[in-house]
Amino acid sequence: MFWRMVRAALTRQRTSRVMIALTMTLGACVATAMLGVMFDVGDKVNAELKAYGANIVVQPKGAAVLTDLYDDAAALASTASLRESDLANIPTIFWAHNIVDFAPFLEHRVTLLTDDAGPSPPQATIVGTWFAHELMGAAGQHTTAGLISMRSWWQVDGGWIADQDEGLALVGANLADAAGIAIGDTLTVDGGQGRSRDLRVAGIIHSSGPESDQLVAPLSTVQALAGRAGEVGRVEVAALTTPDNDLARRAARNPESLSVSEMETWYCTAYASSIAYQLDEVLTDAVAKPVRQVTESEGSILAKTQLLMLLVTALSLAASALAIANLMTASVMERAPEIGLLKAVGARDGSVVGLILAEMGVTGLAGGALGYGLGLGFAQVIGHAVFGESIAVRPIVAASVVVLVGVVIVAGAIPSIRMLARLRPADVLHGR
Amino acid sequence: MTSIETAAPRPTEAPPLLSLRNVTKAYGSLKALDAVSMDVPAGEWLSIVGPSGSGKTTLMNIVGCLDRPTSGEVLLAGHSIAGLGGRALSDIRRTTVGLIFQKFHLIAHLNAVENVMVAQYYHSMPDEAEARAALDRVGLADRATHLPSQLSGGEQQRVCIARALINYPRLVLADEPTGNLDAANEHIVLELFRRLHEEGTTLIVVTHDPEVAREGGREIALDHGHVVREVHHG
Repeated sequence: MFWRMVRAALTRQRTSRVMIALTMTLGACVATAMLGVMFDVGDKVNAELKAYGANIVVQPKGAAVLTDLYDDAAALASTASLRESDLANIPTIFWAHNIVDFAPFLEHRVTLLTDDAGPSPPQATIVGTWFAHELMGAAGQHTTAGLISMRSWWQVDGGWIADQDEGLALVGANLADAAGIAIGDTLTVDGGQGRSRDLRVAGIIHSSGPESDQLVAPLSTVQALAGRAGEVGRVEVAALTTPDNDLARRAARNPESLSVSEMETWYCTAYASSIAYQLDEVLTDAVAKPVRQVTESEGSILAKTQLLMLLVTALSLAASALAIANLMTASVMERAPEIGLLKAVGARDGSVVGLILAEMGVTGLAGGALGYGLGLGFAQVIGHAVFGESIAVRPIVAASVVVLVGVVIVAGAIPSIRMLARLRPADVLHGR
Repeated sequence: MTSIETAAPRPTEAPPLLSLRNVTKAYGSLKALDAVSMDVPAGEWLSIVGPSGSGKTTLMNIVGCLDRPTSGEVLLAGHSIAGLGGRALSDIRRTTVGLIFQKFHLIAHLNAVENVMVAQYYHSMPDEAEARAALDRVGLADRATHLPSQLSGGEQQRVCIARALINYPRLVLADEPTGNLDAANEHIVLELFRRLHEEGTTLIVVTHDPEVAREGGREIALDHGHVVREVHHG
């Protein structure tokens, strides 16, 4: 009889039920979309931020010590080096799938011997790097690493060059202006000790960084000019990372201080420090360090984005609870004679509350289920509009929405339940 | 038909089903009932009359366990109900009293038989066959699946009567049961009451209608919360 009464109330009093269900639908829709995006936003924001540069720098041990003691300039002056052949190990680390990109760099001071150079030809730094280098991962997958994707914000007049274009170079805009260099010019670059190369200018780099005053060429070209075949000065790595917590900060200071279980947790979580640790393991005489400002900014942006979405979720659910509370209270007032009658024929407060909550629960869950479905779609719209990608459907979102819908139903029903408990049949049945 | 006017309760041999002793109900300084005493023996048809505001509905609410007196004693089927809490009153109401209302108070989204079964559900176990039989007794077997909005006023009142009787209450309280009915339906309802009375059901009927009041074996008139007249009809 209980469910017969509930069914009759739901099927024969559709208007008020539809309003409650729609309110729940709206709340669940926003909650589903926001939670779905929130749980996925870490990877998405990380991927977006990775487009703006590296968050881990690998240096030779000697240069790293100089950096710690003095500054980056001292490290650049160092001739300590990494082995280019070791770089093939990077795609084999535990968190290889989180390595979005990486590029080696080798810098060398050169003299530019142009036709109108005069008695004191200009000097500049030439940077050797990979542009789009093909590597084979541990699982046999192909990986492309290099500057083209690491410096996607550079504007290059003319065009990028390929790794095998050993006779080509890019020139920074400031240097090109100062030395009167144009696209198509051929520069004679003297690396000292009789090592010189003719390089044709394939493009001009427009950027606000130090590269505006530099030349950029394939790594092998600069290795030849510097007489450092097979050597690399540093490697920049862009990795998808988890924001640091206390464990990550402790591990970054000293991984040896962790217990075995903490070490396992840290190693198997994509903290910037644990990825750096794994890079140390595969590169000879290397020290990999997270770029603290970048990783902390990423963590901060991520935390703020997630907080914003949590607030939107909480506000939408609070609004739903308030709207449902109003609708329920109005419904109880409207149904006061019916509730009074139930009490008059012997129903206890608990029985009537159970009946009203059951009606409300079925209505709310139906609205919640509809809202969940719509929310999944809404999340995809947000994903494509903001990140240009789909949002993953996660079971935790469904579980969270079920719990939240339950909480909203109970919270929304509290005022009407209190009113219902106070309702005296003698008052409503005789209209006093 | 003979009438006997008396001020005191008429002595009865068997213990009364309902007994009120100096029952007062006050709303602030206003006394809706003022030291009312009466006995209602089992099987009696008692009519209660009086102008609006005389205390009839207040009396019905107290006897029907829907309200508590401010002072005085109420004994219903051997239970003193004056000091009981809401849950105990609800239990006595469920097992002892059947209520019939002027405005019927049927649940709009339940059909006739479901409205009867509601009283069964909160009393013990719903039994649709028994509920349909109750509707059959009030002449509504063919209207069992109709919603209240599809029934006439008289039919709704008969559903209300079927609901009041479904749990075989020892006392049936009817508040203006014919107040919203035309003459034909009033006749049908009164015929049902006569049959109930013949079967031994105790009836207390509040009414404005002198014709309806005269159907009872005894008539008590209230005014300003006092019993001002008691008439026995032969």
